[in-house]
Amino acid sequence: VLLVVEQFLNGLQFGLLLFLLAAGLTLVFGIMDFVNLAHGSLYMMGAYFAASFVAWTGNFLIGVVLALGATLLLGIVLELVALRHLYGRDHLDHVLATFGLILFFNDAVRLIWGPAGLALPLPAWLTVPVAIVPGIYYPAYRLAIIAVALAVALMLYLVVMRTRIGMLIRAGASNREMIGALGINIKLLYTLVFGLGAALAGLAGLMQAPILTVQIGMGENILILAFVIIVIGGIGSIRGAFLAAILVGMIDTLGRAFLPDLLRQILSSSAASTAAPALSSMLIYLLMTIVLVARPEGLFPANRS
Amino acid sequence: MKTGLDARNIVAGLVIAGLLLLPLYTSLSGNVFALTLFTRIVIFALAAASLNLIMGYGGMMSFGHAAYLGIGGYSVGILAAEGIGSGFVQWPVALLSSALFAVVIGALSLRTRGVYFIMITLAFAQMAYYVASGLARYGGDDGLTIYKRSDFGGLINLSNRVQFYYLCLGCLFGGLYLIWRIVNSRFGMVVQGLRSNEARMQAIGFPATRYRLVCFVISGTLCGLAGALLANNTDFVSPAVMYWTRSGDLMVMVILGGMGSLFGPVIGAVVYLVLEEFLSQVTEYWAMIMGPLLLLIVLFGRGGIDGLLGRLRRG
Repeated sequence: VLLVVEQFLNGLQFGLLLFLLAAGLTLVFGIMDFVNLAHGSLYMMGAYFAASFVAWTGNFLIGVVLALGATLLLGIVLELVALRHLYGRDHLDHVLATFGLILFFNDAVRLIWGPAGLALPLPAWLTVPVAIVPGIYYPAYRLAIIAVALAVALMLYLVVMRTRIGMLIRAGASNREMIGALGINIKLLYTLVFGLGAALAGLAGLMQAPILTVQIGMGENILILAFVIIVIGGIGSIRGAFLAAILVGMIDTLGRAFLPDLLRQILSSSAASTAAPALSSMLIYLLMTIVLVARPEGLFPANRS
Repeated sequence: MKTGLDARNIVAGLVIAGLLLLPLYTSLSGNVFALTLFTRIVIFALAAASLNLIMGYGGMMSFGHAAYLGIGGYSVGILAAEGIGSGFVQWPVALLSSALFAVVIGALSLRTRGVYFIMITLAFAQMAYYVASGLARYGGDDGLTIYKRSDFGGLINLSNRVQFYYLCLGCLFGGLYLIWRIVNSRFGMVVQGLRSNEARMQAIGFPATRYRLVCFVISGTLCGLAGALLANNTDFVSPAVMYWTRSGDLMVMVILGGMGSLFGPVIGAVVYLVLEEFLSQVTEYWAMIMGPLLLLIVLFGRGGIDGLLGRLRRG
């Protein structure tokens, strides 16, 4: 039971982290109709910024805040310099251009920080295990991730659904010319949305950083997961991204944890131990395939025609 | 654009002549490295040309084409590891398994359109990547070394650099000829018609998915051939050939050269890989130049190199 609860929480934590990444991706896609492969690079940059700023200031929180600001700024600069000229182009152009950005960022990081990975050490107050219910302990840091991600998700929901900015964003998504004609600075709005997406990716990256190492290419695998999530959830739908992210996080984590044992009961133990890792990595792709075949629009499509 | 000496045909002719005469140059200058590099380039040109068939002509943006490189390569590698060295067995198996894979994922993926299609083909390629990583018996993550190249009796010796180069070149030209015939056939017209206006084609009575699927399978099979060549070239196959950035490379070659032009992907492959080689000799951080270069090409050079050449003619 202990293990199940722990893995369950791990799944939730991973899912929420994926949501932060997928939310930025789906916002940018839903609103600007822009496919951003370099989203994973922003995730990586968030982690590298955090590792540097924390080491520089010696304070975890200050470093994290600075890193968030830096990623936001990077996203805005990227949008202003290059990506805004690509809106309205073919999706393939987006893929090619942002693929180029991935190449650039990977080597830029190698040049600045070197090829070896970095570590982002946690402050002492985040490393203690916390009793969630009497007798069951869980690392404080992972709980903090869950709390922060939930808070961000709630904030995102409130901003998009309840504020004037959010209203403009939604209006811009459904009819770009009209909102421009009404005197709204749509370009500025897009830049802001892109910056927000970048900051979300950076947040996901820097929160994941203490658990794994900070290394080149760390954003690539997780980017594919984020794409799987927005496809499962329905492209452009934040609600869908949230639910799909938790689903994928759970399936991936629980699959890795329990599938080997499960298979061992059916297959011989040597066959199970070779098949299990491959199968558990494949699980979410299988899920995506099933979803796409059954409901090509995703499970929770955005409520727009 | 029937015949005539426009910039496009001149460049294509020069590239063909250059590729044909390359071994002459390398044997005269003793520059073996160039031959190795260009063998790789020719193989990737074949893979890019196969991708161009579905992407440029069929409008199917596959982001998982590297999977076939892996399947073709692993077919050769696994058979070699099991002691079956004959190319007459290895290569048909490579083609057949690529075709089979294409049938399955095509049938599923073609139910979707646009970005969803890009994503689902990507997901299938990642699945193939993880399956290969899980093949503990055949090297898993570390890959599989092929100790002996495919054996074609006395017909051709793949270990001879020049012979192998010409084999690859022959496969490339054969593939291009096949694509050219397909594109100009009734079948090819239907597939291109489906790209421009699917509803109308269906109204005339063409079963859209069936035509697309056949085209998808042909493309996958051709790329599987490239995979078999690639495995023989490197004497090695690993899951990394199926990694999604590899599919991205292929896409870049096609777009760089010019989508939907027969010879474009070849030029794209030559330019991309030569540039990569050149930049990596200048600086260790070649991708820092290559990345922004791609961005500039997308921003300012529509239609790739082929489009550029086409504009030159009009002046």
